[in-house]
Amino acid sequence: MATSTGDGLADATGVAEHGASAPGMPQLNFDHWGNQIFWLIIALAAIYFILSRVALPRIGAVLAERAGTITNDIAAAEDLKQKAKDAEAAYDKALADARVEANKIVAETRAEIQADLDAATAKADAEIAAKAAEGEKAIAAIKADAITNIETVAKDTAAAIVAGLGFSADDAAVSKAVTSRMKG
Amino acid sequence: MATETAAADHGAEGGGLVFHPMDQFIVKPLFGEGEVHWYTITNVTLWMALAVLAVFALMVMMTSRRATIPTKGQSIAEMAYGFVYKMVEDVAGKDAVPFFPYVMTLFMFIVFANFLGLLPMSFTTTSHFAVTVVLALAVFLTVTIYGFMKNGAHFLNLFWVSSAPLPLRPILAVIELISYFVRPVSHSIRLAGNVMAGHAVIKVFAGFAAIAIISPVSIVAITAMYGLEVLVAFIQAYVFTILTCVYLKDALHPGH
Repeated sequence: MATSTGDGLADATGVAEHGASAPGMPQLNFDHWGNQIFWLIIALAAIYFILSRVALPRIGAVLAERAGTITNDIAAAEDLKQKAKDAEAAYDKALADARVEANKIVAETRAEIQADLDAATAKADAEIAAKAAEGEKAIAAIKADAITNIETVAKDTAAAIVAGLGFSADDAAVSKAVTSRMKG
Repeated sequence: MATETAAADHGAEGGGLVFHPMDQFIVKPLFGEGEVHWYTITNVTLWMALAVLAVFALMVMMTSRRATIPTKGQSIAEMAYGFVYKMVEDVAGKDAVPFFPYVMTLFMFIVFANFLGLLPMSFTTTSHFAVTVVLALAVFLTVTIYGFMKNGAHFLNLFWVSSAPLPLRPILAVIELISYFVRPVSHSIRLAGNVMAGHAVIKVFAGFAAIAIISPVSIVAITAMYGLEVLVAFIQAYVFTILTCVYLKDALHPGH
């Protein structure tokens, strides 16, 4: 298309007031269209080549890889979560078992100690009884001894008193009289 | 935006307001003066090359480590990938995935051309109908040719609205046919028009900055417009891409 056409269109659109500095609307100067279209096609071809050969496959791969990584990580996290749950269950079970076991041991120990204690108590009771019996025997012996001594002293004293009063009496009669008095 | 200072100079010389909002769109040879042939290295070449380099830097260099835990740059590249991939898959369907590199090419080119065009003194390649018409026609031809290749004559079901009452169908067919052929026009003019208008408006505000009293207002207005243009730069790339996906869906599933 000729320049005149461009000018004509520009005049028609009313934007060519500034005269010689520009040939109306530069967009409608069809002399320059060939140049722009030529360079545009080259630019588009270059961008298309850059994008379709290098950039888009690369970005697509990166995005796919990232999606894969995220999916894997989420799966791994699920797995670990399940494991943690299992571990918690195992722990709870172990704890409950241990508690039962501990209770059992406590009961057993208590029973054992009770048995020991009972045995010791019985033994101690027996010993105490034996000691008490022994003591009683000793007391009885001491008592009998004491009574004999008192009889002797009483007979001697009685004989001495009788003699002191000026009476004579044989020892047998005094002893018999004292013995009978003491019994009374 | 190459003529910002030039516009200011003009204003100073003339003693009044002189606007050259469209000068920023002029195609110029990069080396020396003279005719612009189809092979001439121009500012178009430079800014398209920068767009290609930007795409390369983001999509190749940032992802070179292929890290499972991405760096910031790699995250952006992956977000761009996911954004367009999801768009293709959601809008055009699973079987449109082979077109993903093609759609991605369009998106990356437009988004980087738009954002590079927002740099001061830059040249915005997507503000030219020559560029957007080629992009839109490429989509149109791809959709039409692939639609016929894949569906044969069934592709014409696109124009035959079988859910409408029978007497209405021929009328609807005409409307559908017209709308189908208007698609590349709206597709291309929407992008170039939005980008061009925003840049021209910024330049008009910049022209007002020659008056000292108005210049603070002008600068605030430029700032506000610039913010809007950043949005427009992305939204127009998004719109172009999603419309491409919508059209691809028609090629793959022509039934209504």
